Amino acid sequence: MANFKIPIGPQHPALKEPESFTITLNGETIIEMDMRLGYNHRGIEKACEERSYIQAMYLVERVCGICSHSHSTCFIQAVEEIAGLAIPARAQYIRTIIAELERIHSHLLWLGVAGHEIGFDTLLMYSWRDREVVMDTLAALTGNRVNYGINTIGGVRRDISKEHLAGLLKTMDILEERTKYYIEVASEEITLIQRLSGVGFISHEDTVMLGAVGPTARASGVDRDIRRDDPYLAYKDIEFQVITDTHNDVYGRTLVRVGELMQCYSMIRQLVAKIPEGPVTVKAPRKIPAGEAFSRYEAPRGEDVHYVKANGTDKAERVKIRAPTLANLQSVARMMENNRLADVPIIIAAIDPCFSCTDRMIRINDTAGRRKETISWQALRTHSLEWYRKQGVDFKDLNAKMRQRMKA
Amino acid sequence: MIKPGKMLREVLTSFFQKPATVLYPYVKVLMPDRFRGKIRFLATLCIGCKLCMRDCPTNCITITKVGDKRFQAEFDLDQCIYCAQCVDSCPKKALESTADYELAQLQRNKLKMIYHAEPPPPQAAAPIE
Repeated sequence: MANFKIPIGPQHPALKEPESFTITLNGETIIEMDMRLGYNHRGIEKACEERSYIQAMYLVERVCGICSHSHSTCFIQAVEEIAGLAIPARAQYIRTIIAELERIHSHLLWLGVAGHEIGFDTLLMYSWRDREVVMDTLAALTGNRVNYGINTIGGVRRDISKEHLAGLLKTMDILEERTKYYIEVASEEITLIQRLSGVGFISHEDTVMLGAVGPTARASGVDRDIRRDDPYLAYKDIEFQVITDTHNDVYGRTLVRVGELMQCYSMIRQLVAKIPEGPVTVKAPRKIPAGEAFSRYEAPRGEDVHYVKANGTDKAERVKIRAPTLANLQSVARMMENNRLADVPIIIAAIDPCFSCTDRMIRINDTAGRRKETISWQALRTHSLEWYRKQGVDFKDLNAKMRQRMKA
Repeated sequence: MIKPGKMLREVLTSFFQKPATVLYPYVKVLMPDRFRGKIRFLATLCIGCKLCMRDCPTNCITITKVGDKRFQAEFDLDQCIYCAQCVDSCPKKALESTADYELAQLQRNKLKMIYHAEPPPPQAAAPIE
């Protein structure tokens, strides 16, 4: 049987965000997959260069709706390193607590999405109901359910009171009980195990070679976690295990994520017990001295990397963001091989993709030696109008008609 | 032990529980104390330093001087991201967050909030001779 290609995306019901996948099939079996990024480019890095550090921080926070604290902390860590600011210990603990709460909400969200993709919507409903508990806690601590806005250069904006900490411990008890139940479901429910086992298999060697990060890598036995390997914030003061698994498939990724949830609860309990008293912010200068810094952060999806170059003014000269999904996307192509077409949504969802966060400027070098040129906006507009005219669509007529309608 | 229908019990018990959802427009959801909603401007406290304008990530605040020590504020609520950085930046606490979150409008011009300055203090009466 001849191979044929199926385009999935940019707009497709199986995808939550626009991205283009071209899948080569033999029958129902996937031979290979090609992907094109760039449908969500928002120009965030360039926009950061035109904003002061405080303004850029809020913009960077909006790179991702789910790991917003990850991006803002990663960015602010780099800025603080350039400025030589040592932030107070209490502020570091508060940032860490929010970071772990964010991981809980992100992993519970993933569990629901994964359940939805395999047709197990019961799991989606219940895990998202439990996620509301942590969302409400985040709202009470920071003032918002998403885009917490807790960071500021030199510390955090809001302190956490004793009552909040007590409430946090209660929340952890509720969530821990629920997560134990999900672990039971994941290890005993036969439909879940059979649906996920062997789907999206990627060997340990391939995972290392393709540079996967986060739970995707840990599910293939790659023992790598920035929180332990290069401790930042308050992670050096607390004990935790890095959860790894050797299933190498989507089932392994599920087990890693629910296992990490249990670690999050233990970490938050330790943080609450150890949180020191003191101020939560130090005075930060508006102008950051010239310099550059590279910051790493273990976001819920994997290693997040920010690079900031300062030039002595109140605006950054260059900001580079590498979201974890970009590192994981390479491995998706390998995971797809020899799977069925129906497994595509869950394989893509298993890396917990965030395509909007991933899209930075990309330049496609055409190796086939076809033309390469830079086109100005005006030329591109003229070219597209001309192209449409050849197809029989004349925008001049359409515009004239539209104006008449508007007048009438 | 592997068994099917692991979540069945959970589903069945949920029949006898209160719904997890809220009948929102009829039952109002209360926001936590720290919620960052619509910003309120207290014209009497403003000194016109414009730090809020400088720090606003979306440039949605405009403070204009309308008289001697009197300032008027204009907020573009469609641009505001409700980060409340202006509230933190203000040295005189002339801005504050409210719990108001029902801000949808059908017309865009209604999203422009103008807080007018206080009327000027009455002129001191001429000294009595």
